[in-house]
Amino acid sequence: MTDLLYDADEEALRDSVRALLAAHAPWQRVLTAVDDGDPRDETLWRRLVDQIGVTSLAVPVEHGGVGAGFREVAVVLEELGRSVAPVPFLGAVVATRALLACGETTLLCQVAAAEREVALAVGLATAPDADPPPVTVGPGPTLSGRVTAVADAAPRGLLLVPAGDGLYAVDAVEPAVRYEPVVSLDVTRPLVDIEFTAAPARPVAVGAAAEAAVTEALTAGAALLASEQVGVAQWCLDTTVEYVRQRHQFGRPVGSFQAVKHRLADLWVELTEARAVARYAADRLDAGDEAALAAALAQAYCGPVAVRAAETCVQLHGGLGFTWEHPAHLYLKRAKSTAIAFGTADRHRAALARLVDLPAPPVAQGAAVR
Amino acid sequence: MSDHTADGLRELVAAFLRRHDPGGDRTGFLRARFDAGLAWVHHPPGRGGLGAPAHLQTVVDAAFAEAGAPDNQPRRNSIGLGMAAPTLVRHATDAQCRRWLRPLWTGEEVWCQLFSEPEAGSDLASLRTRAVRDGDDWVVDGQKVWTSLAHRARWAILLARTDPAAPKHHGLTYFVCDMSAPGVRVRPLRQVTGEAEFNEVFLTGVRIPDAHRIGEVGHGWQIARTTLMNERVAIGGRPLPREGGMVGVLARLWRERPDLRTGGLHEEVLRAWVRAEAARLAALRLRQLVAAGQPGPEGSAVKLSFAELSQRISGLEVELRGAEALRHDDWTMRRPAEPDLLGRTATYRYLRARGNSIEGGTSEILRNIIAERVLGLPAEPRVDR
Repeated sequence: MTDLLYDADEEALRDSVRALLAAHAPWQRVLTAVDDGDPRDETLWRRLVDQIGVTSLAVPVEHGGVGAGFREVAVVLEELGRSVAPVPFLGAVVATRALLACGETTLLCQVAAAEREVALAVGLATAPDADPPPVTVGPGPTLSGRVTAVADAAPRGLLLVPAGDGLYAVDAVEPAVRYEPVVSLDVTRPLVDIEFTAAPARPVAVGAAAEAAVTEALTAGAALLASEQVGVAQWCLDTTVEYVRQRHQFGRPVGSFQAVKHRLADLWVELTEARAVARYAADRLDAGDEAALAAALAQAYCGPVAVRAAETCVQLHGGLGFTWEHPAHLYLKRAKSTAIAFGTADRHRAALARLVDLPAPPVAQGAAVR
Repeated sequence: MSDHTADGLRELVAAFLRRHDPGGDRTGFLRARFDAGLAWVHHPPGRGGLGAPAHLQTVVDAAFAEAGAPDNQPRRNSIGLGMAAPTLVRHATDAQCRRWLRPLWTGEEVWCQLFSEPEAGSDLASLRTRAVRDGDDWVVDGQKVWTSLAHRARWAILLARTDPAAPKHHGLTYFVCDMSAPGVRVRPLRQVTGEAEFNEVFLTGVRIPDAHRIGEVGHGWQIARTTLMNERVAIGGRPLPREGGMVGVLARLWRERPDLRTGGLHEEVLRAWVRAEAARLAALRLRQLVAAGQPGPEGSAVKLSFAELSQRISGLEVELRGAEALRHDDWTMRRPAEPDLLGRTATYRYLRARGNSIEGGTSEILRNIIAERVLGLPAEPRVDR
């Protein structure tokens, strides 16, 4: 039976993550870091890893992890979305899923112990059913090629790189591996283009196993991103409701006009549904049953909800919402880029069409000829 | 609360079944089940229940169904079970509960609801039907509308104005009206679909004993809110499997009729499927919240989404069928107990679905309720209070 609620452990985890983020990642601090050109908050990340143990949540107990599962990971992501905290947790979780699929126990132990930061070297926009990036193997066990717009790749960390018909582990050490920073739409999620030049590599999976590991990792990314999107949308709704209650125009609170309150009521309905969908996706990831369907549903539904929430937040804050000094833009940029991450809603609807047998019509013969 | 458990209740049902033959007299069996507190387990003892947690009702219902016991045919008395009973159990006296609850639950007496009036729809508190005290009775005059089951009902819950001088929300009183009393006239109200699920009810000098008043004089509005909250839960609360509702009809049509498929409609079918599945999971989550003893405001979301989805999906189905949907099945005036949303043509579904965003609180009023009671936004300035 699918449990769509939060249990007591999950609520306790939420409380500790939220308290930590409130103390160490208020939006003013996030915005200042963005202005300073390097939003990645190493100190905050260390706190999350050391105090909460976020990187060990999804690692089984026998590999030194907590063995809590993806439902707990999803709760952490909700809170991270709510605070647009610039930490590489999502990428770490995706890489952990790949390592689990490959049975890379040594690396899993290192991830759980926070001795090693691992990232999957595929672009953030890559859908679970997409083709792998154009990285070539050889001569010998080396990789060459370029992967663009990768999130959460740690400097000097370990990269899992799909190449040829395998999945390879590569140490991100210059000059064979070079990170080129991207000016990211999501100012709180830094991206890099990665250039591999005969980079020494070790295969961790080959053939179908490699393909399955990458697909499962990206499916986990799509499924869990929905919880981050729920967190983003919840912040946008809460903040906007608070604002329209205070803000007066025409001698009334702006929030008393039906044009405003109906828009927020609709958003609350969508958020209520998005939360159920995101819980379902996380739950199915743990259960291993219908995980692909639940992930496709999650990204077909939750991405657009987060975008609407952020757009509504900007709109209902009026001129204030359009300024750099108000945090709404951080959420708008996060929401819009997550709607592309791990595949657009359109791409996931196409995946659903296959998964639930609602086939597309055949392309008309000769239609494209003239 | 109580120390009832699922296993304990299963044992109670088993013991009951040893004493009462489920294959015997149907009414006698149902009466005994009520008396044993196994009708609504969350009601207090003596009112059909045991004071047990509400979610254990499903355990009891399943145990009786497994034994092949007759049920109370809940769909035949949806207003009574869904709205009148929760209001009575909360606000009526012991004597009133003794008189009404058992035959209501067994289905021996069907109930209807006399709330809406031609001039009082969304603004229900502006209703004008008068009740004037005359000795031990009240004399009621007025007109009610949109009354489902009035033509089958023995009793009605009635909201009437007892103090025209008081502010409108304070001048109302809640009664139980005998639908067989002199002066009650029921006329079918034909609707968009050609049939008449609803009625107009004319009340002319109808005498209601004061003993049939529910709660204090002037407290009708607060009591009616209990009824209306239950209405929204009743409409939005049923669990469905994936593709269990109207979206299943659309999906099956898409699979069975490749000749109807176009690229544009494919996109719309997928979007509708996604939205329907999201709404289904939200409804499931609501049930889990209620079962865990944390009922949230999500019921309003479920009702709002259901209305929007049934309209969108039925409209899409009509468009997908194309030329076939120019034919309707039947405009004959009938009196269905409830709409046949899955059994008839797409055109019927499309037309009937227009009512979904009107009945049980319009979608506009629901958005106000969500905005004000859930989100805490201020009400619009009003001139009527």
